[in-house]
Amino acid sequence: MSVPDVAPAVKSSSAAFTAAKAEGRGALVGYLPVGYPSVPGSLAALKALCGAGGDGPGVDLVEIGLPYSDPIMDGPVIQQAGTRALERGVRTTDVFAAVEAVCSTGTQAVVMTYWNLVDRYGVDAFARDLANAGGSGLITPDLIPDEADEWLAASDAHGLDRIFLVSPSSGDERIRSTAAACRGWMYATAVMGVTGMRAASSSAAPELVGRIRTLAPQTLVGVGLGVSTGDQAAEVTGFADGVIVGSAFVKSLLAAEAAGTPDDLSGLRAVLAGLAEGVRR
Amino acid sequence: MNSCVSTSLPDAAGHYDIFGGRYVPEALVAALNQLEAEFDKAMSDKSFWHELDDLRRNYAGRPTPLTDAKRFSRHCGNVRVLLKREDLNHTGSHKINNVLGQALLTRRMGKKRVIAETGAGQHGVATATAAALLGMECRVYMGRVDTDRQALNVARMQLLGAEVIAVESGSQTLKDAMNEAMRDWVASVDNTHYLIGTVAGPHPFPKMVKEFHRVISTEIRAQMLGRFGRLPDAVAACVGGGSNAIGTFADFIDTPAVALYGFEAGGDGVETGRHAAAIQGGSVGVLHGMRTYILQDADGQTLESHSISAGLDYPGVGPEHSWLAATGRAHYEAVTDSEAMAAFDLLTRTEGILPAIESAHALAGVMRLGQRLAVEQPEAEPVIVICLSGRGDKDVATAIEYFGLTGKPDSATGGIA
Repeated sequence: MSVPDVAPAVKSSSAAFTAAKAEGRGALVGYLPVGYPSVPGSLAALKALCGAGGDGPGVDLVEIGLPYSDPIMDGPVIQQAGTRALERGVRTTDVFAAVEAVCSTGTQAVVMTYWNLVDRYGVDAFARDLANAGGSGLITPDLIPDEADEWLAASDAHGLDRIFLVSPSSGDERIRSTAAACRGWMYATAVMGVTGMRAASSSAAPELVGRIRTLAPQTLVGVGLGVSTGDQAAEVTGFADGVIVGSAFVKSLLAAEAAGTPDDLSGLRAVLAGLAEGVRR
Repeated sequence: MNSCVSTSLPDAAGHYDIFGGRYVPEALVAALNQLEAEFDKAMSDKSFWHELDDLRRNYAGRPTPLTDAKRFSRHCGNVRVLLKREDLNHTGSHKINNVLGQALLTRRMGKKRVIAETGAGQHGVATATAAALLGMECRVYMGRVDTDRQALNVARMQLLGAEVIAVESGSQTLKDAMNEAMRDWVASVDNTHYLIGTVAGPHPFPKMVKEFHRVISTEIRAQMLGRFGRLPDAVAACVGGGSNAIGTFADFIDTPAVALYGFEAGGDGVETGRHAAAIQGGSVGVLHGMRTYILQDADGQTLESHSISAGLDYPGVGPEHSWLAATGRAHYEAVTDSEAMAAFDLLTRTEGILPAIESAHALAGVMRLGQRLAVEQPEAEPVIVICLSGRGDKDVATAIEYFGLTGKPDSATGGIA
């Protein structure tokens, strides 16, 4: 019997959005980097992010960051965790173990990283190993569809989601073409700037999501950059399909380490509880 | 690829074959498109060139001289060395060529704030100068390691009204200053232009910065033909990001009779791993918005570069240089710290010209090349133009330490015993 030349049956991360929608709410997407506070410590934190060991629900989808030496889209909080993870020896292959850890909880995972790490690993090899680990796709903060031919082919071959970013400065034509290149969902950056917590949300995010709704009505939209509280999460899921939170989770891990208890996940669980409640209002 | 090199590169998306391109956050694409459109418009606008030419002549001091370095040439085998004196530009280096062009574009785009990265401080000083001249707000990002070793240039920028931010992330050098400037730009792109100081970064920067430095080779060509009735056999320059080198090469790329030499910073020696020679000791990857030769580990994490010269201490190189290296049109070699410092000392003593340590890499490279040519082609008397990209006043503190100078008088006289 010949082996059919088809990709393994990877489940699209859009399922996490549609499942939340079925509950009449938006999806909560949580980010943590692999390797901080250590590789094993990060696997424990990622599982906690999925709700393991806690009392309440976890996030609907996990975004696993692979630390990079030159993260130009990241603010000080994620930079600090990433720098420490690299100093402590995190390697590209660790991200696949992290994907397996997340998937073992029944929650889906996508990876977020800067392009050179994927390029260096080999684009097709990275896609293959990500799919084999159970990952659903890749968020590419410094790869635009214009430069993504190799990734488009590899993600097709391995059935992976490709989540490209759009920003308030993106023109209509770019929103249309980027939406066409995306699979799974689209990452809308709520503000002009890097990752990090912001007290006030701007009008840029609802305006951007409104433009995407008009220009690419079939596209699921996750909104990220600056969200840290349940109130903000509730506000964002009022107009978007999902809300992406990173720095607030990472900050709780940095605080645990500063307190001398790097494996204490109670701070992380408290942040999670507030956000999980926010998206369920 | 044969010697017939096309000047139609980069393509419309900024690719030099596999090099270049735009590996950037989507948030910057609109600004890069705006910059590209404004640049294209300016290139065919006589009034833009008229204003730039006026500033070059009457503000920066162009054209810069071509100096016959007779006593230095004696140390270069049978090569006759001519020096293109970019060190005599206002602010002391070639950097002003690019900065004036981009500052005028900034004004055309209606933006009132510029940001820049700097290593040695030369580009930061040049940017602060242009900002003062055109009445723009200016912020310069500089690695903490570099603010410590180039304190004089920090003060110069502050005197010019610029705000200097010490970058304490990563290796705290030029690459991290560039990261931080990118982060600023992502958040401020509406009113701010990122004035990149070399032929690196996303399209259209490599192409645009080259055009603003092309004047170096245009002048060399005219000066050679006017004074000597011939073209040089070769031109040579140091290569960090590669802006003075691409300016020195630009008008000769389509003239195969003129050889092109770029000298990278070899630090302690490429074989030691402690260097900044991206072409000689690196591999192809993506950094700072471009695909090019970079220093990286097995996973693709950027490696720290090492050079005695802050201006060359960068783990990447402009994408057109990667392409010129890959096609064989230009030759690149690495020059160590000690070779560069010997050339720094020699030029100062033989010609009375204190070069920037960056430029001393090109001097040392041609000394080595000349000695090689003397063996290979003993009858030839090649003429090589070296771009003396900057003056060395900023490097005196480094020289004091390197040569063990005391900064004290040699002896005293006239006192009463």
